[in-house]
Amino acid sequence: MLRFVIRRLLYSILVLWLVATLVFVFLNVSPVPVERVIGGPRATTDMLEQIRANLGLDQPVIVQYGKFLGRLLRGDLGDSYINGTSVASLISDRLPTTLWLVFGAGVLWFLGGVATGVYSATRARGLGDRAVTVFVLIGLSTPPFVMALVLLFVFSTKLGEAGFTFFEAGPPLQEHFLQRMILPWIALAFLMVAAYTRLTRGSMLDVLGEDYIRTARAKGLPERRVVYRHGLRSALTPVVTQFGIDLGALIGSTIVTEKVFGLQGVGQLVYQSINLGDTPVIIGVTLLVTFAVVIANLVVDVGYSVLDPRVRLS
Amino acid sequence: MSMMSELEPEALPPEPAEPPKRVVGRTPFQLAWARFKRDKLALVSLVVLVLMAIFALMAPLWADWTGHPYDQTFPKTALDAAGQPVGPGKDFWLGADQLGRDVLVRAAYGARISLVVGILSALLASLLGVAVGVLSGFVGGVTDTVLARIMDITLALPYLLVAIMLATTFQISSVTASLTLTILVIAFFSFASFGRIIRGQVMSLKQKEFIEAARSLGASNTRIMFVDVLPNLIAQVTVLTSLLIPTSIVFEATLSFLGVGVRLPMPSWGSMLGEGSDVFQTAWWLLVVPAVLLLLTTLSFNLLGDGIRDALDPRSDRIIGKK
Amino acid sequence: MTAGTAGLHAAAERETLVSVQGVVKHFPIKQGIVFKKEVARVHAVDGVDLEVRSGETVGIVGESGSGKSTLARCVTGLHPVTSGRILFEGTDITKLSGAGLKAFRKDVQMIFQDPYGSLNPRRRVGSIIGDPFAIHGLASGAERKKRVQELMELVGLNPEHYNRFPAEFSGGQRQRIGVARALAVRPKLIVCDEPVSALDVSIQAQVINLLKDLQREFGLTYIFIAHDLSVVRYVSDRVGVMYLGRIGEAAAAGDLYERPRHPYSAALLSAASIADPDEAERAERIVLIGDVPSPIDPPSGCRFHPRCPKAEERCTVDEPELEVKEGDAADHLTACHFPVEPGENLAREHAGIRQESTEPELPEVEQ
Repeated sequence: MLRFVIRRLLYSILVLWLVATLVFVFLNVSPVPVERVIGGPRATTDMLEQIRANLGLDQPVIVQYGKFLGRLLRGDLGDSYINGTSVASLISDRLPTTLWLVFGAGVLWFLGGVATGVYSATRARGLGDRAVTVFVLIGLSTPPFVMALVLLFVFSTKLGEAGFTFFEAGPPLQEHFLQRMILPWIALAFLMVAAYTRLTRGSMLDVLGEDYIRTARAKGLPERRVVYRHGLRSALTPVVTQFGIDLGALIGSTIVTEKVFGLQGVGQLVYQSINLGDTPVIIGVTLLVTFAVVIANLVVDVGYSVLDPRVRLS
Repeated sequence: MSMMSELEPEALPPEPAEPPKRVVGRTPFQLAWARFKRDKLALVSLVVLVLMAIFALMAPLWADWTGHPYDQTFPKTALDAAGQPVGPGKDFWLGADQLGRDVLVRAAYGARISLVVGILSALLASLLGVAVGVLSGFVGGVTDTVLARIMDITLALPYLLVAIMLATTFQISSVTASLTLTILVIAFFSFASFGRIIRGQVMSLKQKEFIEAARSLGASNTRIMFVDVLPNLIAQVTVLTSLLIPTSIVFEATLSFLGVGVRLPMPSWGSMLGEGSDVFQTAWWLLVVPAVLLLLTTLSFNLLGDGIRDALDPRSDRIIGKK
Repeated sequence: MTAGTAGLHAAAERETLVSVQGVVKHFPIKQGIVFKKEVARVHAVDGVDLEVRSGETVGIVGESGSGKSTLARCVTGLHPVTSGRILFEGTDITKLSGAGLKAFRKDVQMIFQDPYGSLNPRRRVGSIIGDPFAIHGLASGAERKKRVQELMELVGLNPEHYNRFPAEFSGGQRQRIGVARALAVRPKLIVCDEPVSALDVSIQAQVINLLKDLQREFGLTYIFIAHDLSVVRYVSDRVGVMYLGRIGEAAAAGDLYERPRHPYSAALLSAASIADPDEAERAERIVLIGDVPSPIDPPSGCRFHPRCPKAEERCTVDEPELEVKEGDAADHLTACHFPVEPGENLAREHAGIRQESTEPELPEVEQ
């Protein structure tokens, strides 16, 4: 067991190191002169030289790389090119909004996906199942940002004109929390509900075909008990695994949702930084999200191996 | 079993009577096509996609007929007195955008981008995925460990963020360069999941006795790979590739929506949605036209992919399996 | 049953085609955090000696897990051996590579157990059977097609089915395809790895008879692997009984079946189905305790001792040699300290040591 945890941990560190290195390489081969971004178009050559020295860009690449890794180890993600604030504080200001967004959407899509998946699997090939199949295909074909735009258009613009307010734009987050979050949650969860419906349905059908389920039925257990007590329990394992991974990865996908709904989260921070050319912020968020994904993977793997010892062997 | 000694070799009875000749042997392809033809939804999707391709090919013609090149603004005819774009009508068939450009013409050029990026990056990803998956699964050992780890790590990367990072650090401004970069980025982030599936498939194929049989006949590894392994992957690869196309189209649209995909002035459905998002309240066609086209295309590709899967493997359940 | 003894005399004059000398095949089990190191090994084949003479059929029987299929794959060069030598016409094939290996692969062919798994489902029968011609560059184009169709006719397939896919054939027909493929390059030795165990009993006889016919016609040598004793007895001149990677007893087929000396052979024979119901009633079965022990950690001494009704203290430490026992024919070898005497009733024997069931302990099942 310990062996397994150590191996996973080493692997997680390897992934983080690789991503950090990748980021460093990007920075170094980027044709964009950093000092020009910071100094602005009217900076003199001396000023540009000074900026380069401040950033340590005049040192050999290998030294820069060492310092870069050293800073990362201390949790220092660097400073924004634009206003000099530390990237870490910029991110931590924005993080609560994004976490609320991800959390709410996560609950929504997990419950929605599992419920629809079970419904569909217990009525395999029936009318309800076909309706779900169509819904799943539409869900999987809809880009999240299109869903967000459509929701905003229908519920905010059109119904707003008609006098119903579903969506409040603008800060602060604390006020009208539900009204602000419900549409972003739905938009973010929509595609995932479809994906999880498909996943749950497949896993559930696999499990319901197992011998022990047939035995349970043959024993005369009520169908509800067979499905929920015996079936769902084992069918959920792969779904929960995927959930852990997706939850971590989703932080990266909130960009479009936050942009469309004007939420001031981490995603919006990235979007604004794209337009400003503020690379340190983009890098900081990328590293943070990778960290979240790696941790989520680690937790899922280790948790899974505690529940199901077979995993450790592979 | 003692009956064996009584069965003299001479008395060897013929195998269960051969069916009469009327049974015409059909190739797997013919069988699959016959099954595919029965799938109405998949056929309709195929028709929709063909129409979409024609629509995209006709892009310059639309521009000629309407007299509106895709990157030209027509402030006098396309914008009303208040500066608002005009809706669908005689002059601008599908309306104009907030800068006074023709939405129909731009949508047709956008269809080109979506189809080209979607298909090319899916093909590239599948090529890469098959190469890496077959190599990893077939060769095994250290090669496998390294390649499998690379695929794992690629899957752990936050792809949208890395794509954004790439696009911003390289600050690409030309349309062709951004198109190339977009295709490469999408292919890079799609090949790993593809490669993992192929690797699993190859590893299970490797256990099959016909591979052992080929080896015992003296076949070389290269021959086994091309003659015995690859033909058994064709069905899987076809299905995966066709399902990868809609994913790639969504990926491109998302990147362009955020302004890091295909660069302006070349229109893409994603960038049309991004640019128009401020004026949807008054100009609904700026939302509806690209969104409907995008949805229609991805949905058709998904239905087509499902149809191909059902046709190639009739046992597989319609929606079993991961996303 | 006299065929066995007759074959034996004839065989004595024939020259040795294959000589397996002390062959060991271990599969390592690796574990590790970064670098994998070997933590255990499966002793699949653990020191086997075997002679196969030209034109004879040597049968190998054993339970699943006895290592008989691994031995077959070592002889055909599919598995590299861990140690030992395999001489084919005097050349050590374990050291072959490149052109030498390819030439050897032309002389030795294999027929596989699973008629579904051993034919590539995506290729046409004509191209499957023609594979050896293509690989060894013997014939191409129309010439290849003609020879493939001759082969199909030879094994009792309709040559017009040249362009069909394996899925369009029955199990027996598919096994005939496998036979045709093996015959294509006129091999000297064919290793049959349970060629009929996946077939219906009625089809088994047809395929077996086909193999015997072909042997007569082309002077083939067979190594015939099976777990079905009656099949092995019917086809083999000599039989070896394998247990946990070793040969426990080897003798002419008739001799072994009449006078088994190793308790394991006796037990196997007593468990085999007897067609005559009267005889079946009289026969007493020797019931073995437990399962075959794990080949990862085979028992000390004689590998059969934990299950042997005659085991004594000595069997747990001292590994018996494969040798001729008193009163046996010169080619009847047995690896046992206390061989079964003719007429002895094993079912009433009691072991001199405490016997342990090797069945794994199952964890308590919840609910």
